[in-house]
Amino acid sequence: MKIKNIFTYCLISSLFLFSLICIWKILVTLQGIELTNFNFNKLFTFGIILCVINLLIGKKFNLNIKITTLALLFSIFDYFISINLPIWYSFGIFLISLFFFNNIKNYDKNFLSKNHSSQKLFFNFLTLFGITLFSFVILFPFYMMLVTSFKTQALLLLNPLDFSINFAQGLPELFKSYFIVFKDYNFGRYMLTSTIVSLGTVIITLIFAIPAAYAVARLNFFGKNFLSTSILIIYLFPAIVLVIPLYTIFSQLGLRNSIEGLLIVYTATTLPVAIYMLQGYFKSIPKELEEAGIIDGQNWLGIIFKIILPLSLPAISSVALYVFMIAWNEFLFSLMFLDRPNTFTLSRAIQFLNVGAETPRQYLMAGSVVVTLPILIIFVYFEKYLVSGLTAGSVKG
Amino acid sequence: MSSKLAKIEKRTAYLLILPSVFLVFSIILFPIFSNIWISFKNVELKDLRIPEPRAKKLVKSINDNPTQIKVIYKLRNSSLTQEITNVKFKDKYPDNLEPTNLDNRCQFKSNLLMCKLGNWPKKYRENLEIVFQNTNNQEISKKEIKSYKPKLSGKSQNILLTYEFTLNNFKKVIKDKAFIDLLSTTFYYTFFGTIGAIVFGILAAQMVNQKFFGRTFMRSVLLFPYVAPVVALAYTWELLLDPTSGTLNNLLINYQIIEGPINLLGQKYVTLNILGFDFKLRLALTTVIIFEIWRYFPLAFLFILARLQAVPKELYEAADVDGANPIQKFLNITLPQILAVISILFMIRFIWNFNKFEDIFLLTGGASGTRTLPINVYQQGFSIGDIGMGSAVSIVIVAFLLIFMFIYFKLLGKRADEN
Repeated sequence: MKIKNIFTYCLISSLFLFSLICIWKILVTLQGIELTNFNFNKLFTFGIILCVINLLIGKKFNLNIKITTLALLFSIFDYFISINLPIWYSFGIFLISLFFFNNIKNYDKNFLSKNHSSQKLFFNFLTLFGITLFSFVILFPFYMMLVTSFKTQALLLLNPLDFSINFAQGLPELFKSYFIVFKDYNFGRYMLTSTIVSLGTVIITLIFAIPAAYAVARLNFFGKNFLSTSILIIYLFPAIVLVIPLYTIFSQLGLRNSIEGLLIVYTATTLPVAIYMLQGYFKSIPKELEEAGIIDGQNWLGIIFKIILPLSLPAISSVALYVFMIAWNEFLFSLMFLDRPNTFTLSRAIQFLNVGAETPRQYLMAGSVVVTLPILIIFVYFEKYLVSGLTAGSVKG
Repeated sequence: MSSKLAKIEKRTAYLLILPSVFLVFSIILFPIFSNIWISFKNVELKDLRIPEPRAKKLVKSINDNPTQIKVIYKLRNSSLTQEITNVKFKDKYPDNLEPTNLDNRCQFKSNLLMCKLGNWPKKYRENLEIVFQNTNNQEISKKEIKSYKPKLSGKSQNILLTYEFTLNNFKKVIKDKAFIDLLSTTFYYTFFGTIGAIVFGILAAQMVNQKFFGRTFMRSVLLFPYVAPVVALAYTWELLLDPTSGTLNNLLINYQIIEGPINLLGQKYVTLNILGFDFKLRLALTTVIIFEIWRYFPLAFLFILARLQAVPKELYEAADVDGANPIQKFLNITLPQILAVISILFMIRFIWNFNKFEDIFLLTGGASGTRTLPINVYQQGFSIGDIGMGSAVSIVIVAFLLIFMFIYFKLLGKRADEN
């Protein structure tokens, strides 16, 4: 057994335990519980001691008993150095330390005397640590968005760290911000507009893109190669360079403040990627099927409708979902083209809320939840399709 | 026979692609070219409104005489900058009315009042008064007269379609003292945003590539920032980072890590003391870059994970037999395998970050040293209202973009050759 390995082991594991505890403490603080110290010195030292004990015991006892005892020891220690905390806080500490000791239960003297064990250890912890930290960092803003929408401005000013949800006040009171956002701020209408615009974009894009993609994938014509490379190049042009000319043209044609104008722009900007994704899939469909169709006397339209479409449903759904997501989330064009509240999309409406007179933050966050939730639900539910859409079309973002 | 088939095929192909090509051409390519046109013109936001002849109709009864009525048209040119030529006027009246004092520019025929009002210079105003008499000597209903609205038409020059050009916009863009600063901010933001996203993407992909409980869930969670609407995320971050009531500052103060609140999005510079040296860090820009990384590393993660899962397991097994340690395995097996993906990712992300508008706009609005080129397009065009300047900045962006694309496709071509 090398001293260096033991040293790394103790240091890394105790640090990891401490970071887990920190995350837990932050979450507890946000429930409005007064907690002003991470107790780094005490917890870190005690963590090291427990890690050494864990190492010394090794596999001599039943492992389950070992981890439970160590976790209990740690939580009791934490309970005594922190004062006046609710019991669920300590229970959380217990669960976290259980998880931690469960992860290090297999380390003993033998393991540490192997080659590269300190590096392996380091990477194991990096993975664990990474997963916890990444999930925390990613989910934290979403969590804050949600809990803020359940609070009131006055309560938040009183204690900006108290995000505890008071279920005792009853559901109507709890969801008050949502009622207000829908009733006073007209979010029902904006949501309808957003849905119409997004679904419309999906339908029109598909109507345009499927024939074009089929032609690019299958038919021979002059300028085909040029077309397929230009699709990619056009796709790389950003919205910001289109905004001024489109604004001037749309102002003069009177297309601003209209859903039609928005639909045209969204369709045009998503078309290249839709064609690009679809033609890649169409190419993978065996040509023999179409040849059989031609022998059966089908024309091109028949081939597209009866052979290509049914076979490429997965690709079409991923394109549809991807286009829906782009249209739903789109912000720049809706900011430019819409300035009358009766034509706002959700994104534009939230921006309007923020820029306009002092809107209480819980309404802003309730609006944000309203715009975010549908897309996250769709994403989680259709993850398989959307991920393939994202990978194929993710040159843009 | 075969040539006939080929002809039909060709015709069908053109028919199928034509709608898409037309749409993309008119909404994407045409605007890019018209950017060039606009950038050589002196156009402001207020010029975009086409000058219109307008008339406000006032109906006044004349004292003691209910059979007569006075109609006043308040005529004006809506434009403060342009003239309208050949203005024509038309209004309808109820039956049995006769004008008593008709202006010589006007005619009254079968209940229709028609006037040829000639040319109106900019800011033109005139009151046109006409007194009407009922031919049957009956009382005139004011309401009925008011219910008709006058119609006006006129020709005006569209400033966008004239042949007057100027180089002033480009001169202003390049001579602007802030231009160098603008470029360096843009590149700083683009470069670090891209690198950061890729580094975190590699880390995340490495983690998720191992087996652990809840792996699929973890993969979805990692993609959340990328799929959620930017408006919602940016405002949530703004609330989190707010100096007075933001959660982050309050947490840090609560745990005594900092003494006073830090305005992460509103402070341009912060001086850091590292090992006795003072470093000036662009704080707001760094925060915006961190948001950028947070939002776009999922994309890098997705690409790299897909590539990692295709790396043959045998390579790692062979390395284990050779006694390689984890770092060696990463450097000698994983990294070379994902290098191609990384280089393509870098180029694509670089191009996209270079053009990123929404994120910075929503977080800081381009204040406190976060003004990049795309933000400048918006500010010139819509905050200042100088459309020509905005277009000129767009052209600068397009020029850079073409250079990046050239490099990108060279790189892509080289890769294709190697394979």
